[in-house]
Amino acid sequence: MAEATTAPAKRKLKWVGKRAPRPDGVDKVTGRAKFGADLFMSGQLVGKVLRSTLPHARIKSIDISKALALPGVKAIVTRDDFQDMASEFVPAGEMMINYKDVVRNIMAREKVLYEGHPVAAVAATNAAVARQALKLIKVEYEVLPHVIDVDEAMKPGAPLLHEDMITQGVEPAPTKPSNVAKRVQFAVGDIEAGFKKADVIVEREYHTQPVHQGYIEPHACIASVSEDGQADLWVTTQGHYVVRAHCARLLGWDISKLRVTASEIGGGFGGKTVVYLEPVALALAKKAQRPVKMVMTREEVFRASGPAPGAWVKVKIGATKDGRITAAEATMAYQAGAFQGSPVQMGCMCAFAPYDLENVKTVGFDVVTNRPKVAAYRAPGAPISEYAVECALDELADQLKIDPLDLRLKNAAKEGTRAVYGPKFGPIGMVETLEAAKNHAHYTAKLGPNQGRGVASGFWFNIGGETCASINVNEDGTVSLIIGTPDIGGSRASHAQMTAESLGIDLSKVRTIIADTSMLGYTFLTGGSRATFAGGMAANQAAGDVIKQLCSRAAKIWEIPEDAVAYEDGFVKPAGANAGKFPALSIADIAKKAGKTGGPIVGHAQINAQGAGPSLGTHIVDVEVDKETGRVSVLRYTVIQDAGKAVHPSYVEGQFQGGAVQGIGWALSEEYIYGADGRMQNAGFLDYRMPVASDVPMIDTVIVEVPNPRHPYGVRGIGETPIVPPMAAIANAIGHALGTRLYELPMSPPKVLKAIGQNEAKGQGRGH
Amino acid sequence: MSKHHVTTTINGDPVEYLCEVEQTLLDVLRDDLLMTGSKEGCASGDCGACSVTIDGRLVCSCLVLGVEAEGRRIETIEGMAKGDALHPLQQKFLDHAALQCGVCTPGFLVAAKSLLERNPNPTETEARYWLAGNLCRCTGYDKIIRAVLDAAAEMRRS
Repeated sequence: MAEATTAPAKRKLKWVGKRAPRPDGVDKVTGRAKFGADLFMSGQLVGKVLRSTLPHARIKSIDISKALALPGVKAIVTRDDFQDMASEFVPAGEMMINYKDVVRNIMAREKVLYEGHPVAAVAATNAAVARQALKLIKVEYEVLPHVIDVDEAMKPGAPLLHEDMITQGVEPAPTKPSNVAKRVQFAVGDIEAGFKKADVIVEREYHTQPVHQGYIEPHACIASVSEDGQADLWVTTQGHYVVRAHCARLLGWDISKLRVTASEIGGGFGGKTVVYLEPVALALAKKAQRPVKMVMTREEVFRASGPAPGAWVKVKIGATKDGRITAAEATMAYQAGAFQGSPVQMGCMCAFAPYDLENVKTVGFDVVTNRPKVAAYRAPGAPISEYAVECALDELADQLKIDPLDLRLKNAAKEGTRAVYGPKFGPIGMVETLEAAKNHAHYTAKLGPNQGRGVASGFWFNIGGETCASINVNEDGTVSLIIGTPDIGGSRASHAQMTAESLGIDLSKVRTIIADTSMLGYTFLTGGSRATFAGGMAANQAAGDVIKQLCSRAAKIWEIPEDAVAYEDGFVKPAGANAGKFPALSIADIAKKAGKTGGPIVGHAQINAQGAGPSLGTHIVDVEVDKETGRVSVLRYTVIQDAGKAVHPSYVEGQFQGGAVQGIGWALSEEYIYGADGRMQNAGFLDYRMPVASDVPMIDTVIVEVPNPRHPYGVRGIGETPIVPPMAAIANAIGHALGTRLYELPMSPPKVLKAIGQNEAKGQGRGH
Repeated sequence: MSKHHVTTTINGDPVEYLCEVEQTLLDVLRDDLLMTGSKEGCASGDCGACSVTIDGRLVCSCLVLGVEAEGRRIETIEGMAKGDALHPLQQKFLDHAALQCGVCTPGFLVAAKSLLERNPNPTETEARYWLAGNLCRCTGYDKIIRAVLDAAAEMRRS
């Protein structure tokens, strides 16, 4: 009997790998799709947040009496409306959060720790009343000195954000508090012995600035709580089960009381894996006994939702003359923002992960500063450390006079390589992407004056996790696939394709629906590049369950034993001794009679998906530097990445292209700019400069497929890796165009001009 | 304060509404008329997600007051498909996978339609500069530009 779980990847695929229509497509090109701010409820109130304009201050008192007296104000919440929480770390996306910190981040308690920190929230009959009420709330502060810069924050005597923060991971434990929350270390081999064997050593220091995920849809939700405590929340999020867990915990409610529905989501990139407005809206809705809608302004998104950290990274790499790396070391400090929990640990794990090295050591520091708490942003932590390593490798290749792709090939990680963080890799595509890069026409195309080419590789783990899927076989034989991961970029299409493939039916017969939290068991969020991987695995298993039931029902109809039937391409046929005795039954035939053969046919799977396969990529970029203005133009860009198996090649290409352009922004134009007053000076899209269409060329893509043996269709996650290589690839290209290198992001015109000036003063310029 | 009475045309239909003097056209469309296809990404005219046309001119509806619609002809994303026939741009956006999350898509479609009304045969560079007022964070613009150029080619043929 053919079961869907027996490696369908080996058969000829009909739907997986096709550029199929996406189920939500028409709704999204007609304006019909409902995003976070698009739902209205009768009697809804408008919720607004009062935010700190100070980067660091002790809250002496909050007086809401005047605001509460304003006609039209229905509820106000402050720190007094949220129970304090004990210190407890739980996973949020790929990162960890601590409830003690989360309760303080959604509403300041003892202190405000960054400009934008919520202090109170109002629900009123309309936006104008809500805004007026915010002005009537009186907060008395004791202003404290602040610290924005990560280096300053690490110095003895720096203003302390948390007076009780003792650095973890240091033996013996420090006796004094500091802003360094944690030290982490990963090591294999003996780096000192390794550096002794090196003929050439490159040692450099790199700096990066915080960058925002930049989703176009601001955070938004609408909450409703009935008199008996049953609550509904509609929210734009990457994980509504995670939102439910956090909100129920923060509010002290039973999880079953709260039903969360994920709206269509207007971008997230990791930034919509945590809660900001949601528990506040629920608290306001409960107090007001009316639905409360809350939508952040763009300014609030910048000032109060998590960017990726800024950081410094020191890298030291030694190699023999023939290009074999003998030792590699990186030390890095990441800004966590106001609360601990930067992705520095993942930065340490990923830094040298694309390479097969004997002697490696990475050390990381998690540092709090008076900035908004960082959140996940595509491959959290990895782009920063890998940027530094990939730049240093390029200098090493220059010094050794080895082609930079050859240097990487010589040291590439492959199946069996042990990562610095422990496990041995299964089949991975590092060598394949490097070879594809070498063979790509882009790599040998001619360059003009003031132009340079750069390459860089990137690594991300990918993750699995808790995932449920149900397949309802409808009375007419069509199927509804119910899945619990919000669709952020076409995953409904991929899930439908894998389900049609597993069931052997036409794709048009499958409709994918994203469940609300009451319809399926706990399903972890869309992130870490797990949705297509884990959802596909669960859907395939649920399809196997459906097939088993279909076979059993057919056997019942024919009155023959269950093991005397076979399933093939949407039909159950009599098999073995009974072969040919009865006409094959389609799913529709069986579904029609389901009531008489045991009731509805529903397949289900609840799994903790294991076996996620890392995705590796290599990027090639050509830039031209305008020596008068310092402007860097990206002329040509090629992304090459291992997808395992591209279920929907168009959306795989889209992930590659989108990640690359976010990386172009990170490399060239995006940064948080703070004044001496500790306030962000560019909290808008005009001054926080994300790439627009005229800033970038077409982004060529090459999909490499080294199947993941642990997945029924060979799928790896692919969404994170594309943002890892761009910063180094562009930095290396600029280096080659100018004959001098930059060590700080973003490589904006003033910094490029400065580098050109210094280079010319030294008389070292080689490009003219 | 009393509201202003506005008489206008939206997607060919006569529409009347009352609005506060400080309400933007985007607020009126979304909050009062429940036409939520136009999105608010920034409220400062930088992202283009709220793009509409007024008398054929492309604007960010977050930068226009509701009262300014008086006597004008407004076109929004909701009016782009005719019956069950998608506009060629809408179809090409689907064919080319020119959307991922889709929140910027209505704005891009309205802006691209406005481009093709003025210039039926834009170069890639012209398309990129015309659409530079619309932010997309998901796609890297590649597939959007291809979809627009392909739609232009198809519209020229028919």
